[in-house]
Amino acid sequence: MGPMIHRNFNKLGWLLIVLAASVLQPFGSRLLAQERLKLATTTSTDNSGLLKHLHPAFEKAAGVKIHTIAVGTGKALALGRNGDVDVVLVHARAAEDRFVADGDGINRRDVMANDFIIVGPSSDPAGIRDKKDGVEAVKRIAGKKARWFSRGDDSGTHKKEMELWNAASMKPSGQWYAALGQGMGKTLLAADEKLGYTLTDRGTYIAMSEGKKISLEVLVEGDERLFNPYGVIAVNPKKHAHVKYDVAMKYIEFLTSEPGQNLIASYRMNGKVLFFPVRTYAQRGK
Amino acid sequence: MREPSLDFLLDGFREGILRALRGDPQVLSAARVTLQVSLGSTLLAAVLGLPVGYVLATKRFRGRGWAIALCQTLLGLPTVVVGLLVYGFLSRRGPLGFLDLLFAPGAIVVGLVILITPVLVVFAMTALASLDTRARETALTLGASARLAAWTLVLEARFGLLAAVLAAFGRAASEVGLAMILGGNIEGYTRTLTTAVALESMKGEFGFGIALGVVLMIIVLATNMLIRLLQRT
Repeated sequence: MGPMIHRNFNKLGWLLIVLAASVLQPFGSRLLAQERLKLATTTSTDNSGLLKHLHPAFEKAAGVKIHTIAVGTGKALALGRNGDVDVVLVHARAAEDRFVADGDGINRRDVMANDFIIVGPSSDPAGIRDKKDGVEAVKRIAGKKARWFSRGDDSGTHKKEMELWNAASMKPSGQWYAALGQGMGKTLLAADEKLGYTLTDRGTYIAMSEGKKISLEVLVEGDERLFNPYGVIAVNPKKHAHVKYDVAMKYIEFLTSEPGQNLIASYRMNGKVLFFPVRTYAQRGK
Repeated sequence: MREPSLDFLLDGFREGILRALRGDPQVLSAARVTLQVSLGSTLLAAVLGLPVGYVLATKRFRGRGWAIALCQTLLGLPTVVVGLLVYGFLSRRGPLGFLDLLFAPGAIVVGLVILITPVLVVFAMTALASLDTRARETALTLGASARLAAWTLVLEARFGLLAAVLAAFGRAASEVGLAMILGGNIEGYTRTLTTAVALESMKGEFGFGIALGVVLMIIVLATNMLIRLLQRT
């Protein structure tokens, strides 16, 4: 009995050491790793591949690793408010202004823009193709009770969609209206599967349709109301002393600098521009 | 009209398997993070859960029935709820925010330990309680210390206890909701195979997502075989 138990203890001890090493390794590497900047952003900037195109230049120059947490704009701002990230890159102007007014964030800067578009199946059962007015389009869709897929997740796109319904003085509900609570990619896929309409940012739409993931078509575009500007905001160090404010400001400077803006302009998918830097639209007075 | 076929899945699947075989850094780092957090949490949960299971199986005390009912109920704990609860504690606004654990592998480990400890408690208790208690009693009457007698019982139940550990490991490795909330799905740092699958599914890369799932299954299989091998030698 004795030696057998002894042998078993040895084996167990060995196993424990291996396991302990594997557990402690991530903690160790965390201490050794270079400085990290936590960025909360929207799925549209991350899933489109823009950040992968943009970040290496900054990481190399500043010696910082950017840790990107891609969520909806609502959650990104909540993470900033709670001090869980250092900087946010989002797209919902009203919510951003509130974030700054409440003292949660400082130094908001315009970074880039694209536009929202209404996409749908080529059969276009509500007949909204080439309508210039987004509000008119959602009225027609509701009138026909054509399928509509909403993000339903308090994201920047969802907030913009609600603006359209509010402007139409409607509260959409019913079988035809599905609030998914999903990201833009999933919502586009659902609309594509079920031959429905949805509101999307152009960047994600191009990324998905050029990648042959969806066959939805652009039906409504060019409405002033559907302009989609992105802003970057540092989390206020007066509220959260631990945030890396200096690094966050460096990042903001990079995004708004000439090289950063040029990088944004140069990001294309099959020749299509996904995001326009500030200078290309600032003169137009938007 | 598109011709119905599974090609849209197979192309991405093939690409994903090839990337994994070629040692693609993204696949490898997701596999590494998965192994770290699931092995780490299984180890910690075993240290916490197995003794509790032992006590529940061998001791009679007041409130034992309630304790067992509680552990069995916790088996159904939704992972996203664990994620939100732990987020509340680890957020900078929460009581443990100063630890700076959020959006790091350690945060996922904390959540997983809470999730899988009940698995270990309940399985260990079942394995030990179903044993013939004569082994322990014989050891005691032969003059063995209480500790030695306990060890004898544990040895007798080793297959059941191993099954408990493997079940807990499997639950940890396949978990996605809390890893997403607590880890933040940061590439190369907290992106596990499961959160990578969730991301690929979000982007419509279904085939690639399934390929990552296959990589996960291979890892779980290899770990199980390794543990079994250690146990037999």
